[in-house]
Amino acid sequence: MFSIIRSLWLTFLHMFHKRETIQYPEEKAKLPARWRGRIVLTRDPDMGERCVGCYLCAAACPVDCISLQATEDENGRRYPEFFRINFSRCIFCGYCEEACPTYAIQLIPDFEMGEYNRQNLVYEKKDLLINSQGKYPGYNYYKVAGLAIGGKGKGEAENEEPPVDVKSLMP
Amino acid sequence: MDDQTTTHVLTVAGVLGGVLLIAPGLIWLERRLLALWQDRYGPNRAGPLGLLVVLADTLKLFFKEDWIPPFADKRVFVIAPAIVVITALMSFVIIPLAPGFIVLDFNIGILFFLAMSSMGAYSIILGGWASNNKYSLLGAMRGAAQMISYEVFMGLSMMGVVLTVGSFNLQDIIKAQENMWFVVPQFLGFITFFIAGIAETHRLPFDIPEAESELIAGFHSEYSGMKFGLFFVGEYVGIMLISCMTTCLFFGGWLGPAFLPPVVWFLIKMFAFICFFILLRAGLPRPRYDQLMEFGWKILFPLTLLNVLATAAIILWMKDPLF
Repeated sequence: MFSIIRSLWLTFLHMFHKRETIQYPEEKAKLPARWRGRIVLTRDPDMGERCVGCYLCAAACPVDCISLQATEDENGRRYPEFFRINFSRCIFCGYCEEACPTYAIQLIPDFEMGEYNRQNLVYEKKDLLINSQGKYPGYNYYKVAGLAIGGKGKGEAENEEPPVDVKSLMP
Repeated sequence: MDDQTTTHVLTVAGVLGGVLLIAPGLIWLERRLLALWQDRYGPNRAGPLGLLVVLADTLKLFFKEDWIPPFADKRVFVIAPAIVVITALMSFVIIPLAPGFIVLDFNIGILFFLAMSSMGAYSIILGGWASNNKYSLLGAMRGAAQMISYEVFMGLSMMGVVLTVGSFNLQDIIKAQENMWFVVPQFLGFITFFIAGIAETHRLPFDIPEAESELIAGFHSEYSGMKFGLFFVGEYVGIMLISCMTTCLFFGGWLGPAFLPPVVWFLIKMFAFICFFILLRAGLPRPRYDQLMEFGWKILFPLTLLNVLATAAIILWMKDPLF
């Protein structure tokens, strides 16, 4: 009997508590920096595309929402010819970000992607590519990779020594 | 039409219109208050303070498909929701909102109220039976058992008041409370009456016939559209009715300091009880079915009998002190 009255009283006291609701459209929730929201393609510090079209994101995607076609430019640099993410399928798991060897594909804290037309949820490369380095500033894949591309020969990358001439006997 | 008839018609229209206006408004009030006690906002988008949500709800109910299941007993199925509203509204006939502001000045007012609230049990039974669905029937059976057993001491709990006043007329009862509200001498009666009233309107925590978690929605799980709406309105009118009766019987009805008109005092008291009903819903869990029946028959019933006995003894002694 006492517990009933006590619980009624405690419920009544909630009248003077702060309300927990966040009035969403007017008042935004504070999202953590690692929130997995919209997917973007980032650029390297020289504003070149980071994506090298390796298909690892597409392979890692559990719902197969990523599709792309790799191609090469005149310097031998690989880039995606098209890059398409179907956000009506995407489950924002972040596996593509984990799989990406060049830090190109990243998830950012933005979830307000509502559309009236379902087709508008299919994002093309121009929608995905942003002029930013995202979470990894200063990282440039081609500057650290041993691959020779136009303008950069073997052994010219950062922290890399010139290749050993295997035909020479000199140390 | 002479003057008396006009005032009479106006009173009927006023009471009916008032009740039917307040009943849907209670949906809003309940949702806002529940939200307040659960640290939420509740409906606050449609119109000022979300008041238009009432309109939206009503419109939605009107435009919903009014479906009668093919396995149901059609005639009874249609009648059942009407009964609950009719009986609840009929009971308002005997409620005096202010001196003279009463539809029918019955000298058997309380008996009429009891009769009508007993009739209300039919709507649950018929609704559950006509739905031809085992969960509905289970809910209906529970509802019937609950209403009938709580009916017994609901009547008895009011007898203390009736004995003291010596009249079944609600106006006489209110007038007799000029010096002291009956909640003081009849505190036991008030407690038992209020608990019985909650059970009578099958509100939480005594919403055994509905019991969303066990019986889906009990007797009205097959109802949709405005028929479901009628059950809903009936429930809210029932809450108002019990609040009005508690106000009349134990809290002095329209009586109050003169700076406000009597009707306002009555409404203030009534709304206080309605809010308490909602607080009960916010604060208490539902008891088990057998606990409910046990509580009714083994605790409340003897208490009310004791109350009647004691009141009667005291009145007899006051009239004719033997020593």
